[in-house]
Amino acid sequence: MKENHLIEVEGLKKYFNVGGGKIVKAVDDINFFIREGETLGMVGESGCGKSTAGRTILRLYEPTAGSMRFNGTDIYKLPPNKMKAMRRDMQMIFQDPYASLNPRFTVSDIIGEALDIHKLAGSRKERKYRIEELLDMVGLNPDHATRYPHEFSGGQRQRIGIARALAVNPKFIICDEPISALDVSIQAQVVNLLKELQDRLGLTYLFIAHDLSMVKHISDRVAVMYLGKMVELADSEELYANPIHPYTKTLLSAIPIPDPEIEENKKRIIMDDELSGPIHSAKGGSGIEQEDTRLVEVSKGHWVAAPYA
Amino acid sequence: MAVNDTTLPNANVELSPEDFRKIGVDEKQAEVIQRESLSAWQDAWLRLRKNKLAMASLVVLVLIILAAIIGPFISKFNYYSNDLLNTNQPPSKEHWFGTDDLGRDMFVRTWMGARISLIVGLAAALIDLMIGVIYGGIMGFFGGRVDAIMNKFSEILYSIPYMLVTILLLVVFEPSIGTIILALTITGWINMSWIVRGEIMQLKNREYVLASRSMGAGSNRLLFRHLLPNAVGPIIVTLTLSVPNAIFSEAFLSFLGLGVQAPVASLGSMINDALTGWMYYPWRMLFPAILISLTMLAFNIFGDGLRDALDPKLK
Repeated sequence: MKENHLIEVEGLKKYFNVGGGKIVKAVDDINFFIREGETLGMVGESGCGKSTAGRTILRLYEPTAGSMRFNGTDIYKLPPNKMKAMRRDMQMIFQDPYASLNPRFTVSDIIGEALDIHKLAGSRKERKYRIEELLDMVGLNPDHATRYPHEFSGGQRQRIGIARALAVNPKFIICDEPISALDVSIQAQVVNLLKELQDRLGLTYLFIAHDLSMVKHISDRVAVMYLGKMVELADSEELYANPIHPYTKTLLSAIPIPDPEIEENKKRIIMDDELSGPIHSAKGGSGIEQEDTRLVEVSKGHWVAAPYA
Repeated sequence: MAVNDTTLPNANVELSPEDFRKIGVDEKQAEVIQRESLSAWQDAWLRLRKNKLAMASLVVLVLIILAAIIGPFISKFNYYSNDLLNTNQPPSKEHWFGTDDLGRDMFVRTWMGARISLIVGLAAALIDLMIGVIYGGIMGFFGGRVDAIMNKFSEILYSIPYMLVTILLLVVFEPSIGTIILALTITGWINMSWIVRGEIMQLKNREYVLASRSMGAGSNRLLFRHLLPNAVGPIIVTLTLSVPNAIFSEAFLSFLGLGVQAPVASLGSMINDALTGWMYYPWRMLFPAILISLTMLAFNIFGDGLRDALDPKLK
């Protein structure tokens, strides 16, 4: 473990067999680390493998290849009982606040589930106290613990999801597009809550999103994914000021600027060559997918896919 | 201010900070939910109660079940004693539904028959439920090869003509309630297992299931706390709709003479008995036929209502 890297992902691959001899290389050989207390943003278009990467990192999907070290321990090598204990340190906040809460559970069932699984509450009273504490922490009314998810608004539901993730006192949280299903006015509230919790609890985030301006706001460093591969990784300021990979440039040029004059004269960069999609024949076929996936450091902390370095 | 005043109403108003006062909002109060807390079940019940037809069916079903339980006791006759001096009597003060060709009281026999039909229907449906949920749950939850093999097996079983199996079974074994239930459930559970399989497959990729897995939940917790409780709506609806199916199949088998044996009656065997003289003694067929139709109709309408109530999005 170098410096204070909490998370180290190496050569991570996740392929799905979609039948007919075809495989989808949803995540194809990605490498990165996250320092303790840091937020790494991960951006890319829909279907580029961001969510799959997040789920594979937490071992919700078994990886095809690669390693993921948490505090130096490769979690893919852990047997089930050790893995269960390890899950206390890593949690996830999901994209859709409507689908991520079991409609048959009350709020206290939802938040208390993790306490039950890991036997973190000694007594009924202790469990109730802890649930109320968590609700308070995310800015919800503790009196609502007996309510069902459908009684809450989208923003409130997302707060419940955050409280659930915090129940086990994790060190690392993957935020899988936690704000993209919310109203713009609510997005800021949730992002600020996440930042505040990070400061208070010393959390480390992997923040997956497709909204670049929000990612810039919350992330220390940003990684750009394209067709299952990581094409660029740099400090947020550096990435936004000095993008190198054509895909990153394309992404950045798509951010709307809240000034009509600049916006009107802005030139959108459209990628000219449509690269092959993530579906490949199992035997390996078209040449373009064999593209070099190594990242090369072009300046300090700024990594970019080898052909563009 | 004059109506035709063209200047803006606030054009001449001088405002200073003192004119403003902060009312303030208690953030905690703003978030309080006023509506009464309702679980999914209470919600479904409210919707069901609004469906008049379904509620009427529920009342009819309750009445039929009550009558099947107490009906035979309120008459002074029993279902097996012959009275050869009073055969084929039309409905009268003495015999409310008339008598059959052996002088047995039709009122008592009709409710006894209903009792048998309901027992067979409910028992078959419950056994279907148990086997179907376990089998379908395993298929849906584990998926992959397990699912492929188990699903193929159920498809093969389903492709065997079910009447053939049933008739064979009833010829080999002594016809009794138990045998009929066995015959009905041998293929009856397959439908339920497919419903459960489909539901579980759909539900297991929901984010709340992933969330539970990310907390380290085991298969038992996922299946019994998350998946099955959320599949319970379609399961109950399928259950409700499979009862009339079983009742009908039992009546059909009894009609063919493969059902319960005399003197025990079921609605199907009574209709079969009445067939010989239905032109002359129509009441012998009328009462069991009406009852069986009413039971099936009520179960079907109630099942439909239940489906709408449990899953309002389908409507």
